[in-house]
Amino acid sequence: MSTTALDAPAPVGFAERIWRINWGLALVLTAIAGVGVLALYSAAGGRFEPWAARHAVRYGSAFVLMLVVALVHPKVWLALAWPIYIVSLALLVAVDVIGKIGMGAQRWLVIGPMQIQPSEIAKVAVILVLARYYHGLRKEQAAQFLYTLPPLMMILVVVGLVMVQPDLGTAMMVLMAGGALLFVAGVRIWMFLVAGVGAVACLPIAWSLMHEYQRKRVLTFLDPDRDPLGAGYHITQSKIAIGSGGLFGKGFLKGTQSSLNFLPEKQTDFIFTTFVEEWGMVGAFVLLALFTLVLVWGFSIAFRSQHHFGRLLALGVTAMMFLYVFINSAMVMGLLPVVGVPLPLVSNGGTAMVSVMFACGLLIGVNVYRDAQLPRTR
Amino acid sequence: MKPFRKGDGERSGLFTRRALLLAGVQGILLSALAGRLYQLQILDTQRFATLAEENRINLRLLPPSRGLIFDRTGQSLAVNRNNFRAMATSDRGRGADVLVERLDQILNLGETERGRLLRELRRSRNAQPVVVRENLGWEDVARLEFNAPDLPGVFIDLGQSRDYPEGELMSHIVGYTGRVADEDLAGRDDPVLQLATIRFGKKGVERSLEDDLRGRAGAVQVEVNAVGRVVRELDRTEGQPGSNALLTIDLDLQRFAAEKMKQHQSGSVVVLDVITGDVLVMASTPGFDPSTFARGITHSEWRDLLDNPERPLHNKAIAGVYPPGSTYKMVTALAALESKAIDPYTRLPCVGHLELGSIKFHCWLKGGHGSTNVTEAIAASCDCFFYEAARRAGVDRISDMAIRLGFGRQSELGLPGESAGNQPTRAWKQEKVGKPWQHGDTFNLGIGQGYMTSTPLQLAIMTARLANGGYEVQPNLLLAKATPREELGPPPPVSKPTAPSLRLNPQHLALIRDGMNQVVNSGLGTANALRSRDPALAFAGKTGTAQVKRITERERDMGITQDQLPWHLRHHALFVCFGPVDNPRYACAVIVEHGQAGGKTAGPIGRDVLIETMKRDPSRRSDRFRKMASR
Repeated sequence: MSTTALDAPAPVGFAERIWRINWGLALVLTAIAGVGVLALYSAAGGRFEPWAARHAVRYGSAFVLMLVVALVHPKVWLALAWPIYIVSLALLVAVDVIGKIGMGAQRWLVIGPMQIQPSEIAKVAVILVLARYYHGLRKEQAAQFLYTLPPLMMILVVVGLVMVQPDLGTAMMVLMAGGALLFVAGVRIWMFLVAGVGAVACLPIAWSLMHEYQRKRVLTFLDPDRDPLGAGYHITQSKIAIGSGGLFGKGFLKGTQSSLNFLPEKQTDFIFTTFVEEWGMVGAFVLLALFTLVLVWGFSIAFRSQHHFGRLLALGVTAMMFLYVFINSAMVMGLLPVVGVPLPLVSNGGTAMVSVMFACGLLIGVNVYRDAQLPRTR
Repeated sequence: MKPFRKGDGERSGLFTRRALLLAGVQGILLSALAGRLYQLQILDTQRFATLAEENRINLRLLPPSRGLIFDRTGQSLAVNRNNFRAMATSDRGRGADVLVERLDQILNLGETERGRLLRELRRSRNAQPVVVRENLGWEDVARLEFNAPDLPGVFIDLGQSRDYPEGELMSHIVGYTGRVADEDLAGRDDPVLQLATIRFGKKGVERSLEDDLRGRAGAVQVEVNAVGRVVRELDRTEGQPGSNALLTIDLDLQRFAAEKMKQHQSGSVVVLDVITGDVLVMASTPGFDPSTFARGITHSEWRDLLDNPERPLHNKAIAGVYPPGSTYKMVTALAALESKAIDPYTRLPCVGHLELGSIKFHCWLKGGHGSTNVTEAIAASCDCFFYEAARRAGVDRISDMAIRLGFGRQSELGLPGESAGNQPTRAWKQEKVGKPWQHGDTFNLGIGQGYMTSTPLQLAIMTARLANGGYEVQPNLLLAKATPREELGPPPPVSKPTAPSLRLNPQHLALIRDGMNQVVNSGLGTANALRSRDPALAFAGKTGTAQVKRITERERDMGITQDQLPWHLRHHALFVCFGPVDNPRYACAVIVEHGQAGGKTAGPIGRDVLIETMKRDPSRRSDRFRKMASR
């Protein structure tokens, strides 16, 4: 850290702010979205309709949103953290209630012409509110058990509301992203150990609360050959597609598993498989490398932030990004049970794209305002 | 320094350490992903590539077209007709319920068909299509095509189904085909039998020539999508159509014989070539309509056929068993002659009955025949002569001779359902009846009654072997077979028997034939009224009247005639004959069930059919063969 930043923070002009935007990171994100367009073009059998073209347009507008978010001063987010969190809780409750009435799993709300998925907003809201909370604590306080209870509540309320939708994938993501934030904020290691032991002890209870189809997914994950034509079908076909791709893949538009529809959900949750079948291990490594670049950028932005809010925000966004990528690709490779987690910027679907790009906007914003002086809130 | 900055250094340090730890964990997990990719895409790629190909490529068998069946003059007996059928592939067993539900709405499948379809869809392996319905009309085809988007995996297939232009007339010989049953698969591992559309011979020649008629399956490699729809064809191997078959049957003669049988309720006519054993006529009335089986018989139709007392499903020529009655007397005579129990000059008396202990054995002629030799006894059909001849020869020699002449065992005809009849022996009676053989049994056997039964075909075989000079001819239905239609034609005529000789004394055979000649052509004969006016068409024969029910002494005293009995208790009428008398070529056997008297009912049919056969002379005149109109 340079001394100039500490002593006399010179006012930073608008041009300088623009300059501080991580254009390299934006380029990497665009490359990832490009892979998405490519894969969706192929999944539609070599056509831009119905997915690839819309994906590109959607990315374009989300990119603008990201730049706008990046240029908003962190103090605004600091002030809006709680309102956003409260609103997202309200939306989650609303969607649960409507879901109950509609007799079935419902994950979105229709507001005017828009379909919004409150759980996507909740992911970002939890990161914001946790970052704001720990921004206001001293190191000693953060380490204390009593001070750990409120953030735990903030996480668990959201997790609980998402669970009842039911949306196991998102619930796990919120739990783990929240846990990561608590960890870097300085919560004692022993508390994590106790939580871990407690979680294992609670597994039977969780099992009894799970829906039939969720249990089936877990069992299928443990042994995909149990029912190769039924519940294990997705995992088996996905593994066949990835494996048959080999080192260099079958070639663009030549994937048989996806074009002949053996692969289910090929444009959403299994888009990684669609891409890898045609581009092989080389393609898979390139895509994972692009995501790794995003993560590295995220960490470096977190390290360079001179305020705790920024650090935690950047790390939260990075952790969320990692969880998206890891859960999705581990799922399609048969390393994790099938849970509905899309591959960010590649899978077809609007809400996830907006929430990911919004989060990236927050991340870049941390870099743009890395030397901002924020009041210690309580 | 602002107060909020206080302690931030410490927080930042802790954050950095823990964030680095977190980054490390993420790095490890990402490496795990890379490792998994290496495992799937490098180590196991071969296996997964194979699995992907198996997904994508489907080997579909092309059903061969079934061989056609013609009579010896080249007229069609079984042909193939185009048939639009609805097929369905299961979406790997999934969605079958919905699919069947929708098909039911469109085609009105009904309860049983729905059940069958569901079962077959769930059982179908490698997405092999199953048949939804055969012989679709244009309307159904149009409706299915219109609803195609709602019916994934359903398609229309142009196949072939069997048609029998001669219908009932040839129903017993040609038979019919049906779906492959489990027992049909025994000993056959032809993959084509796994096809849902393949039909398997169930009865008649369709069954006996099944392995010739079926042909070899071709195969086509197609790329399919996940619901089994064909995307494109990758490779094709043509199969081989089944052999076409030329039968020995002469359709015109068959029709002639059936026409003659029409005046009677139920019966059978068989005509054999005595040299080759070719079956020229094999009629059994009544018959059935094989097209009901081709389109799928209903339960009530099936019950009606089974419950009919005239047994239309039965091929009486090979499956009907009757006491041969007097037509068996040649066997007794030959056995007695060959065993030297009698000689050509032996004369035996007849006073109208013969007594054995307290039992009276009657001759059919009340006053008796007086003294007769063997030829006269055959001509007049004297029962007493054959009681005594049988007593002298004994059951063992008679049975032995009968078996040599074709009784008591299945012939080599090959049609399914052929009965062996029953040639009783001492051992047989001991085993089946549990009593030792009695003299009375020998008497009864001597005139073809008692435990003795035979099929019309066996009677024709016996007559043929007597007529051809004692050669063991076997009946035969297949004249020629060939896969290309233009190679199909009758073989050159044969004039000498190729079958092994039975080593019978020619003199004895001549005596028997002379007796049969006198039956028809002498004033003594029981069938003198049937004689041919044209010497070139002269023939010999033997009448027979077989008791269905024993005539009691009371009935005999009351003088009850056959007309007064209910139909099913009346005697069977039999007639066997051969001609031309001096150079025999054709043998004929006729049975009219409950026809009362051989000479009166069976005889005229035998004469008309045999004379018509001699006129047409199908065995020596292959010029009547017409090239089948090629399609």
